[in-house]
Amino acid sequence: MTDGYGGFADNFADNEDAGDFDDAPPSTIMLPGGGIDLATRIGSTLLPNPVTTASGCAGYGKELAKFFEPAAIGAVVTKTIMPYPRSGRATPRMAETPSGMLNSIGLQGPGIDAFVERDLPWLAARGGRTIVSIAGGHVDDFVALAERLKGAPGVVGIEANISCPNVANRGQVFACNPATSYDVIRAVRDVADPQVPVLAKLSPDVTSIVDIARACVEAGADGLSMINTLLGMAIDPDTMKPVLAGITGGLSGPAVRPVAVRCVYQVHAAMLDGQMAQVPIVGMGGIRTGLDALEFVLAGAAAVSVGTVIFNDPSSPVRILDELRAALIARGFGSLEAAIGYAHR
Amino acid sequence: MALPLQVQAEIVGREPAGAYHRLVLRAPGIAARVEPGHFVAVAIGGVDSAMLLRRAFSIHRADPAAETIEVVFAEAGRGTRELARLRVGDSVNVVAPLGTPFPLPAEPVSAVMVAGGYGSAPMFALAERIVADGGSVAFVLGAATAQRLYGVDQAQAITEDVVVTTDDGSEGVRGFVTGPLPEVLTAVEADVVYACGPMGMLRAVTEVASAHDARVFTAVEESMACGVGVCMTCVLPVVGDDGVSRFVRSCVDGPCFDGTKVRWDDAGTIPADIEGAAAMGAH
Repeated sequence: MTDGYGGFADNFADNEDAGDFDDAPPSTIMLPGGGIDLATRIGSTLLPNPVTTASGCAGYGKELAKFFEPAAIGAVVTKTIMPYPRSGRATPRMAETPSGMLNSIGLQGPGIDAFVERDLPWLAARGGRTIVSIAGGHVDDFVALAERLKGAPGVVGIEANISCPNVANRGQVFACNPATSYDVIRAVRDVADPQVPVLAKLSPDVTSIVDIARACVEAGADGLSMINTLLGMAIDPDTMKPVLAGITGGLSGPAVRPVAVRCVYQVHAAMLDGQMAQVPIVGMGGIRTGLDALEFVLAGAAAVSVGTVIFNDPSSPVRILDELRAALIARGFGSLEAAIGYAHR
Repeated sequence: MALPLQVQAEIVGREPAGAYHRLVLRAPGIAARVEPGHFVAVAIGGVDSAMLLRRAFSIHRADPAAETIEVVFAEAGRGTRELARLRVGDSVNVVAPLGTPFPLPAEPVSAVMVAGGYGSAPMFALAERIVADGGSVAFVLGAATAQRLYGVDQAQAITEDVVVTTDDGSEGVRGFVTGPLPEVLTAVEADVVYACGPMGMLRAVTEVASAHDARVFTAVEESMACGVGVCMTCVLPVVGDDGVSRFVRSCVDGPCFDGTKVRWDDAGTIPADIEGAAAMGAH
């Protein structure tokens, strides 16, 4: 440092500096097995357990490694990556709501090149399994991103985010229409590494989520991630204006859990009913405890994602994994697989 | 960077402090990691609480021997009202220390601490450190009213050079901190200004300090959801060493920033030249 103030400018030079806590001991060590088989399969990927982070709630894994080992959970689902650096929306970007929050980030991110060169190798070196969330404005963007991820280290899945509400044409996201959903998923499946499963991230803000899910499965989706946030808004009674600079935002947290469980249940029921091929569902929406996660499994989810609750409890993914394991054992299940869709029987 | 811990902290002290509350929390392992400018994220209620987002407070004092940290807060909304109801013996879940603390000078300096309201909370430990390192400090503490000042007595225990301002003139000089600030900077031949308070104040203090060729470090009060760097809600437009402006996170890259690098006037907008702004038009 030349200006006599220790370390300050360094914070700007590289605020993602990898050396910060590499020597730190893991705060949580997963016990192997724990008396029950928690492994779960998504396409050709076998995850050691079903708990993942929800996209947008765990960055690229590094920040949360201060609280738990990325390798301890099934997979880290990254914040959505786009082809180029993206500033995101203006602030205010969030509002707390009853048992939830609205966010209006607008997909701020470094772009695929910086992600592949900097963030992905870090996660891989840490032993983390990575499901990369990708998004773009056009089918071509998704294709370019899937191409770029071929052979990238530690990638065990691609989640096509066709349902982010915080984009300019919100309300017209790909996932609102079976045909556009099909086009994106088909294109991604065609170019992505055949060994890497492709998941479609679905929006609950549709008239029939079963129709969208079916289109994605017909397009070759190896799994379905359900659900993205619900489009919402809040108005400040003092200023009498919208709270969010982006006016609308995505609602998440325990407040949306009943909607999410309903979506998973309906789609799993349609699979059992022969309306579409059976693929794994990654269930998410307001999971705060192991019992919440169990609710999704019983509805038909083969894996779950923990999202907004990470903001409340940064170590929650490993806590929820422990609680889910205990809940399955307490109910006499010999494996996770035995509990998937149990509520339908 | 200090590794944060997430622990259940017991409230071992609480008292009113003017318009504010001061809480003393026994938080094992945390105090020894705290530097002035670090903050703590406090959960509101337990696992069934309807308020999911932690509240962030700069750490007022940290006592490694007693394993305690202190925070000062105002009852400003649902969450802080809930915190104000807690009693000695209750516990809260905390994550700390978080953020980038104030940079400390490598050599003895003349420093001026400027704060609005309870923004002064982290300033006393910082001032004591600077004095212990052979430097000198002055304070300019401002608030809307005398009731809303915090820590004038603590400042006076460290230095004779304490100037107080209130918007209504109920204590000290009537007006804003930036009124007497130029005179103070000249009088103490200030090398550096440390400031904490609302955005408008930090912008004005940065201008005054820059005009006096003093370094200026500001701790911002930006609303945040996670406090640990993953949610991207607390961003500010800041100029990097490479000259490129980016939205950076107040919670990890801040809350303490070089005031001259923050684009104060552009907060709450998407400046056309910020990295990634072009991508926003496409969709």
